[in-house]
Amino acid sequence: MRSAGKCASHLVIGIKGGFKLDTQNTNSFSVQKMIEEKKKRKSAGGITEKIMPYILFLAAAVSVLTTIGIVLTLIFETFLFFDAVSIKEFFTAKKWYPFSETNGSFGILPLVMGTLKVTVIAAIVAVPIGLASAIYLSEYASEPARRIIKPILEVLAGIPTIVYGFFALTFVTPILREIIPSLEIFNALSPGIVIGIMITPMIASLSEDAMTSVPNAMREGALALGSTKFEVAIKVVLPAAISGIIASIVLGISRAIGETMIVAVAGGSTPNLEWNLTGSIQTMTAYIVQVSQGDAGYGTTIYYSIYAVGMTLFVFTLVMNLLAQYITRRFREEY
Amino acid sequence: MNLINHESVVKRMKSRLSKNSFSKWTFFALTMFVLLILGVLLYRIFSQGLGYLDLQFLQSLPSRKPENAGVYAALIGTIWLMAVVAPVSLLLGVGTAIYLEEYAKDNMITNFIKVNISNLAGVPSIVFGLLGLTIFVRAFALGTSVLAAGLTMSLLVLPVIIVASQEAIRAVPNQLREASFGIGATKWQTIVRIVLPAAIPGILTGGILALSRAIGETAPLVVLGMPLFLAFLPKTFLDSMTVLPLQIYNWTGRPQVEFHALAAAGIIVLLVMLIIMNSIAVLIRNKFQKRY
Repeated sequence: MRSAGKCASHLVIGIKGGFKLDTQNTNSFSVQKMIEEKKKRKSAGGITEKIMPYILFLAAAVSVLTTIGIVLTLIFETFLFFDAVSIKEFFTAKKWYPFSETNGSFGILPLVMGTLKVTVIAAIVAVPIGLASAIYLSEYASEPARRIIKPILEVLAGIPTIVYGFFALTFVTPILREIIPSLEIFNALSPGIVIGIMITPMIASLSEDAMTSVPNAMREGALALGSTKFEVAIKVVLPAAISGIIASIVLGISRAIGETMIVAVAGGSTPNLEWNLTGSIQTMTAYIVQVSQGDAGYGTTIYYSIYAVGMTLFVFTLVMNLLAQYITRRFREEY
Repeated sequence: MNLINHESVVKRMKSRLSKNSFSKWTFFALTMFVLLILGVLLYRIFSQGLGYLDLQFLQSLPSRKPENAGVYAALIGTIWLMAVVAPVSLLLGVGTAIYLEEYAKDNMITNFIKVNISNLAGVPSIVFGLLGLTIFVRAFALGTSVLAAGLTMSLLVLPVIIVASQEAIRAVPNQLREASFGIGATKWQTIVRIVLPAAIPGILTGGILALSRAIGETAPLVVLGMPLFLAFLPKTFLDSMTVLPLQIYNWTGRPQVEFHALAAAGIIVLLVMLIIMNSIAVLIRNKFQKRY
């Protein structure tokens, strides 16, 4: 259609030009100009039309580049670190004394131990409370109660971690020291508990989503057979939503491993391999913060060590996240 | 025919029912415990910090003397940070979302980008700090500037904005797109004039939530080497700066109780900012959200 119209207009101009050469010349010229302009506009629009997908693709590529950037920087700088410290020492040495000039020792185990202690305490706090809240919200709570409690939980999840760190140091630690007199000012217990509180809303909210998506027909079936609400929750809903629940716990633990400010403020800076929870510790994240805050010069072994520790941390959380994704995919019950 | 042993059912009924009500109250109590902790946290911070919170606190630069110290530099720094993070992360995030929802074919590359975004969301914020330190601070030689901090934070919150924008764009019904194509609009015209206006409330809500995460983050900025204590204001995007969470961290780390009170006052300022931003997000969601 369009090409036919174009031909027609050319034809008209041709005829006009043929009959009255001089007087109509300007007129035909302006029509031609209009056509040209229209064409130009169209092709300009066509260019946006063609170019935009590529520009948007570039925007999407930024997120991929970020991942590549993270992986590459961590790998390169970690290699530089391993020029100075052997891989064997990094994974097997039992001491982390980076600041000693003469006999420094770079064994990641004490830092991993610190992270592990804090994470286990956090999980012990967060898993029961998070699951209890999830069951309460999805099985017992009335609609108005749920509409009030869920946003409050979301508020708790949105509080900056430095605020939790402040809370751990100035409130939780003093209270715990009343109960356990031998507790040091910096310890594993207080940041562990506070991280647990921090990840509780996340576990509760994600588990609740998994439980609400269990169809009501299953609950009604169990209730009709004479089950109590508790039996419905434990024997029907929980097993049906188990993939989502476990994934939420794994994600929560991954958050706890990567949590930085709470342990940096309340955990202390003494990496050790002891099992004791009342003494000062240092986690992987807290070590990175300690070095960044000090003035370890660019290019020193200490400077590169934060990348090696960051790499270990990155691998830990990546494995946890992939595990969560695998669990949701593999064990999902479709209704 | 007596399939059910009535006696044993009746006998067990009592314990089952009491277990039911006991667990109901336990679950309720544990949920309330979480809310109680939120209450205690807020009460502690407000009772500690309100005494220091006045106009002078908002207008003073940090100082070694607690009674003269204030959050002015940190407050201005936070606003500078937002001025970088908001445009950069929104442009990249919404662009990515449009690409994934409107243009991307269902192939390996698209799938890879999607998996990558969901994994990026799980990377600890401190690792983004290491990335920013290597790329922006060292390789691009931006130093501990507003720009370096802003770009690092933009990458950190990018997944949040992408996911929120994707959901908003996906919620725009296909009839609108088809109607637009039907009257002769091109794809890009449809996206700019039909899809984006319809999706803007969702995008803005996600954007504000992401921004409120950016101004509360501390760890990446510490790793970048941003100063915790700064007595001057940034004038350009290449100047150094400090932000509220860093100032709070600095005060929390000091042994004197007065500085803890200052930290609490700083936290109140930060929380008020977050509450305002979140209220705006909720307002936008409630006012402009259309159900198709």
